[in-house]
Amino acid sequence: MAKYLLKRIAYIFLSLFLIITVTFFLMQIAPGSPFASERKMTPALEKQMEEAYGLNDPIHEQYLDYLVNALTFDFGPSFKYVGQDVMDIILRGFPYSLVLGLEALFIATGFGILFGVFAALKHNKFGDYAAMVIAVLGISVPSFIMATILQYIFAIKLNMFSVARMESFADTILPALALATTPLAFIARLMRSSMLDVLNSDYIKTAKSKGMSQRIVTYKHGLRNALLPVISYMGPLVASILTGSFVIEKIFGIPGLGSEFVTSITNRDYTVIMGTTVFFSVILLFCVLLVDIIYGIVDPRIKLDAKGGEK
Amino acid sequence: MKKILSVKNLSVSFETYKAEVKAVRDVSFDLHEKETLAIVGESGSGKSVTAQSVMRLVPMPPGKFVGGSIIFDGEELIDKSEKQMESIRGKEIGMIFQDPMTSLNPTMTIGKQIAEGLIKHQNMSKKDAHARGIELLKQVGIPNPEKRINQYPHEFSGGMRQRAMIAIALACNPKILIADEPTTALDVTIQAQILDLMKQLQEETGTAIILITHDLGVVANSAHRVAVMYGGKIVETGSVEEIFYNPKHPYTWGLLGSMPKLDQHDEKLKAIPGSPPDLADPPKGCPFAARCPFAMKVCGEHMPEHYELSDTQKTACWLLHEGAPKVEPPEFVNVGGSKVNG
Amino acid sequence: MEKLQLSNEDFQPLHIDQTESEKIAGESTSYWKDAWRRFRKNKLAIAGIVILLLLGFMAIFGESISGHNYRDTDLMSTNLEPSSEHWFGTDNLGRDIFARTWDGAKISLFIGLMAAFLDLIIGVIWGAIAGYFGGKVDEYMMRIADILYGLPYLLVVILLMVVMGQGIWTMIIAMVITGWINMARIVRGQVLQLRSEEYVLASRSLGASNMRLLFKHLIPNTLGPILVTLTLTVPNAIFTEAFLSFLGLGVPAPHSSWGVMTSEALSALKHYPYQLFFPAFFICLTMLAFNVIGDGLRDALDPKERK
Repeated sequence: MAKYLLKRIAYIFLSLFLIITVTFFLMQIAPGSPFASERKMTPALEKQMEEAYGLNDPIHEQYLDYLVNALTFDFGPSFKYVGQDVMDIILRGFPYSLVLGLEALFIATGFGILFGVFAALKHNKFGDYAAMVIAVLGISVPSFIMATILQYIFAIKLNMFSVARMESFADTILPALALATTPLAFIARLMRSSMLDVLNSDYIKTAKSKGMSQRIVTYKHGLRNALLPVISYMGPLVASILTGSFVIEKIFGIPGLGSEFVTSITNRDYTVIMGTTVFFSVILLFCVLLVDIIYGIVDPRIKLDAKGGEK
Repeated sequence: MKKILSVKNLSVSFETYKAEVKAVRDVSFDLHEKETLAIVGESGSGKSVTAQSVMRLVPMPPGKFVGGSIIFDGEELIDKSEKQMESIRGKEIGMIFQDPMTSLNPTMTIGKQIAEGLIKHQNMSKKDAHARGIELLKQVGIPNPEKRINQYPHEFSGGMRQRAMIAIALACNPKILIADEPTTALDVTIQAQILDLMKQLQEETGTAIILITHDLGVVANSAHRVAVMYGGKIVETGSVEEIFYNPKHPYTWGLLGSMPKLDQHDEKLKAIPGSPPDLADPPKGCPFAARCPFAMKVCGEHMPEHYELSDTQKTACWLLHEGAPKVEPPEFVNVGGSKVNG
Repeated sequence: MEKLQLSNEDFQPLHIDQTESEKIAGESTSYWKDAWRRFRKNKLAIAGIVILLLLGFMAIFGESISGHNYRDTDLMSTNLEPSSEHWFGTDNLGRDIFARTWDGAKISLFIGLMAAFLDLIIGVIWGAIAGYFGGKVDEYMMRIADILYGLPYLLVVILLMVVMGQGIWTMIIAMVITGWINMARIVRGQVLQLRSEEYVLASRSLGASNMRLLFKHLIPNTLGPILVTLTLTVPNAIFTEAFLSFLGLGVPAPHSSWGVMTSEALSALKHYPYQLFFPAFFICLTMLAFNVIGDGLRDALDPKERK
């Protein structure tokens, strides 16, 4: 287990190294000087600024500096907000995004599993069809459209929630719902087909032949095995909620990390873009690691210390 | 000997999108205490459905009972509720399945899978069930049971898993053990071990066994009586001696002829030409008529009745009618020493 | 059973044509025919196809039907509600939303189909080569795919768009750079599985070349899963286009796309909700249509999955 963890963490660092490298060079070839857009600057001033940000050093030096600093989560100062470090901006926005993301995660997995199991147990009956029609609608409505619909109905028309404010828990409900819709529908479909597969498997027949009641057969023998595909979907799920938060935070005016990222893109604030990208990647890679570990605990067939933990 | 299971005129069908498939048609047989009844037939002959019907494990729908009765210990199983069946399954009738690789729950330890039934049917505490589990594993010949009981199925080999399956099925000392092709998925050497184990356990516990198989070689060694199924019907039943030494049904001849024999130098196996009938639209006469080299006009029109040849042997074939021409079974069948493995 | 009266005639030999009993009972249907029969029975999937055909038709002819064009601004008639003159109303620059919707459809559908098509080409070639040759080749090719697969798709696409600048083709390229991996993985899995099957061995022992095997046997046999993945790639690409446009990284003005229109309508949501309704509705409808077709195909091509 310890060996496996070390190996995985080494792998994560390799991926991070690649991500930092790629983003760094992508940003180098990106068009437009970072200072070009807003204020008119004299060439002399511009030169001075570039000097201050280390933009005149040879590229490999800049790269090495960046790499070393990134390891200590120092992504340098923002180009646009003078006097602010990228890490300040990230730490300012992250708590909002974290709360929102966790909320969406719970809604998506909890209700997704619930609906999926329900549909599988009502297989080929009305409940199954209804749940699956709703699910296919769910994956067909993009999160940003869901967000605007929710905002229009509940905040503008019904006045039940505030529009674009982030003060209390109630303010997080609509954005979390919008963020959770697509993954929820996806998990429900995944859970249903996995549950149906499991319920048709031989060991379910064995359990029945032992005289186990339908309830025990379904939940004790069926559910746990049926959950495995859902657990392996958790990695992509985190990624989807993470990227989904870019637009959702913008629509609901939440000052989270997603909003900062979008703003930095519009502003071409390269250090912030790079910093947030690396930060997102760290979160994502560790979530994937976490999911792998959970999977290894739930499925005894996966030996975490052998062969990189792959199936 | 006391009769403990009596199946009478059982018919089971499946609804498919095309038609109703009549998988089991008018099947009757008895099972006595302490005996092993083998039900033999090729795939699709209805033998597995018959066995699963006894356990009421046929999924319904799409399956349904069309008629007949299954009397176990004087009680009609077909009328029992699902709840009532739960106290029969595992407790009175145990079952093992064909593929030990897929019939054990992969995320549950062997010990827990054995203990489940004990806790439910015999009100054992977890601790007692665990201890009994170790005993059972020892009984089915699994070495180092104290360690093995806490392992998961994937840590067992195929043969060991089937042993564990047997331990699960026999945990509550059931009166009947239904073994549905218990050795088909195993290596030949392991097959013999498993069959020996079942025989030995039968002697120890007195369980009656229904052995479902397509392999007459398996039958010769372990069964007392044999029922041969074809096209959803039983075409011949008899003691194992009668079936091997004095078979009367041309399909049984065919089965025997298609068995490889050690003392035979003719290398060609006698395959039965043709293919089994479509059970969505079964022939109105004998199901084997289309492939039978001795078929007569009547065979295509009417299902023959069962002719009683002895107390135990019953054969459904028009050749046994007094008006029929006398037919000698093909030479390869009637060789006395051909009973496999003696 | 009542006693039958049998005559000698009944015991005459029965002549049955053996070839008759060798015939497979019931209607013998090929895999594709059978799949088509199942697909046809899926009303949702058929509805999906009809919707797509209609959307395609409108994408081509919609703008000319409207009598307006997508770029003409008319400051005298801004933010008009739907009427007989402007069927879907007008936006804040007085542009006809009906015309813009179908111009957007053209772009959204083009991007979706083109991205899926390029994914298909790269993914099938990559996956088929990796799966077919196996061993080291497979290991290296799939390791590359794994690393790319580990990155969050949208994040990569956004970064690429930042670097490459806005435009229809840059968007397609950004999507394809990471999008082909899914297809490659599926094709590889299928090929690996098929490779070990007997008919491939048979064909090989008859001296078929690698190329011939790849194109005559393996690819046709992996067509089912490829088709399903493809139908599910298109809505994903359409979603990504809308998402990027929504972030302001999408199709440059004056062209519209459904994502651009949704984004523009958002600021006016409170007063002119219909401006949001039309593009949002058509994004959802298109994605829905592709999703139900994909589901239908999967059910039809994989009888195991069927209930």
